[in-house]
Amino acid sequence: MENHSPNTPGMIQKLITSTKRYASIYSALWQNSVMRDMQFKVNFLLWIVVEFLWFSLQLIFVAVIYSHTDHIATWSKWEVVLLTGASQFIQQLFHAIFLNNIVALSEHVRTGRLDFMLLLPINSRFLISLRTVDLGSFVGALAGLFVMGYACIQLDLKPGPLQIIGFLGLSLSGIMIHYSLMFLLACISFLSVKAQGIVWGYYNLFNIARLPDSAFQGPFRMLFTFAIPMLLVSNVPVKLLANKLESPTEIGSLLFMAFACLVVSELGWNWTMKRYTSASS
Amino acid sequence: MSKYLQVFNVGIQNTLAYRLNFFFRAAFNLIPLAATIFLWRTIYAGKAEGSSIAGYELAQMISYYLTVSIVDTLTAVNEDDWQIVAEIRDGQISQFLLKPMNYLSYRLVLFGAGRFVYLLTAVIPLGGFIFLYRDSFQLPTEAITYLWFAVSLVLTALLQFFVSYTMALLAFWILEIDTLIFMLFAIEYVAGGHLFPLDLLPTGLTALLIYTPFPYLLYFPASIFLGRTTATLLTTGLLIQAFWVLIAFLIAQWVWKQGIKKYEAVGG
Repeated sequence: MENHSPNTPGMIQKLITSTKRYASIYSALWQNSVMRDMQFKVNFLLWIVVEFLWFSLQLIFVAVIYSHTDHIATWSKWEVVLLTGASQFIQQLFHAIFLNNIVALSEHVRTGRLDFMLLLPINSRFLISLRTVDLGSFVGALAGLFVMGYACIQLDLKPGPLQIIGFLGLSLSGIMIHYSLMFLLACISFLSVKAQGIVWGYYNLFNIARLPDSAFQGPFRMLFTFAIPMLLVSNVPVKLLANKLESPTEIGSLLFMAFACLVVSELGWNWTMKRYTSASS
Repeated sequence: MSKYLQVFNVGIQNTLAYRLNFFFRAAFNLIPLAATIFLWRTIYAGKAEGSSIAGYELAQMISYYLTVSIVDTLTAVNEDDWQIVAEIRDGQISQFLLKPMNYLSYRLVLFGAGRFVYLLTAVIPLGGFIFLYRDSFQLPTEAITYLWFAVSLVLTALLQFFVSYTMALLAFWILEIDTLIFMLFAIEYVAGGHLFPLDLLPTGLTALLIYTPFPYLLYFPASIFLGRTTATLLTTGLLIQAFWVLIAFLIAQWVWKQGIKKYEAVGG
């Protein structure tokens, strides 16, 4: 937008109309998802219970570990609870907005539905990534926030408005990392429909995102910071909130890695689209 | 007998098609395993040299997680329950009512075939991982331990199978069966000893858990292997485990009978 060529007003105009168009499409997709979820109310409620159980299980893990030790590297019990809550918050938001859509991608390839989606006069990646919303996961995200609030009280933390805004911004970057990496894995499933296991394998990576970063050293830490940045996704936002940041470069690494992952996943998507020749028909 | 050999063969052929999937699954499972081991190392590093937690020194803690991974590879159900649910929903189960074959035995043989193929694909990633940790991995000192471990392992596999089989059969009545399976799995994840050795729980709770089926789904064979369950504890443990296997089998048979009565072969 720095470029003040004669075309600029026209371009801005175009950008506004296209944003409006996509916003209205996305709100239609939301309405669709709400209607679908409300058709299967019992199922909707049961999934919330499932997620709730898994979250409690992580908290039990923390409680049991800290009944035998009072710190893990530099992390105290309630700091790790804060981390577990934040990780839940970030992961459930990712779940709500993206997860099911990405998992469905290989199924769209197999059934040939993808071909139809590619023909629609809309950005294909937008449609594939955002087609459905999983409302129940927002409840899970709220549970994460609730636990975070409780941990903050225990730690006697009173984050200022800037810290909270910073936390939300960094969480958003974390969500983008989860999204980009999983989308990239789903692109691999184009190569072989039977490779769905790869996408589910991503679940294992979530496990790392909720562990305190300083528990890890050496190649493992490097790998999960600068190649698959799981140790940044929720650690950095929490460290901002808990005044634990060692240096501002940690924030820089998270933002940079989020951007890098997004770029790489876009390259991967374009590459697969060039080679895609339809699985069915 | 020979018809079940055929089923075993077919099961192997079918699951071999998913070997790549299995391989990735086994390889990806190593990531949280490695992370957990690192986490415990850091915890022990923060304590005095040679400290133990609930009777586990660092090497024993690492051995616990490695052993649990082996038991899990050999006994866990991973696709069978979903396949049974699908067969009930699609009405494919009708054909078994006509065949001279018991559905439970048929499924059990397929489960065995699936485990066999999974073991073949997982042996390289998991074996390699254990080799990396060979200095910490503690093997049983007495040969007899291997025998009791093997007995308990078979009972664990049977218990795993009967529980999953029964849960899947609930699809005769319940539409939202997926959620129930995930709920049970979550409870099993903690109470079965997946997340941490059950000895880490408050003593009263561990003593209580030992009478529930959960430890026998994973923790118990691992504790035999690590030499933590011996003498009378071993005998009573095996008896309790056998008891739960029997109960689970009877429930499975009963649920199947009720399910068939209810079944209407929609779409069959």
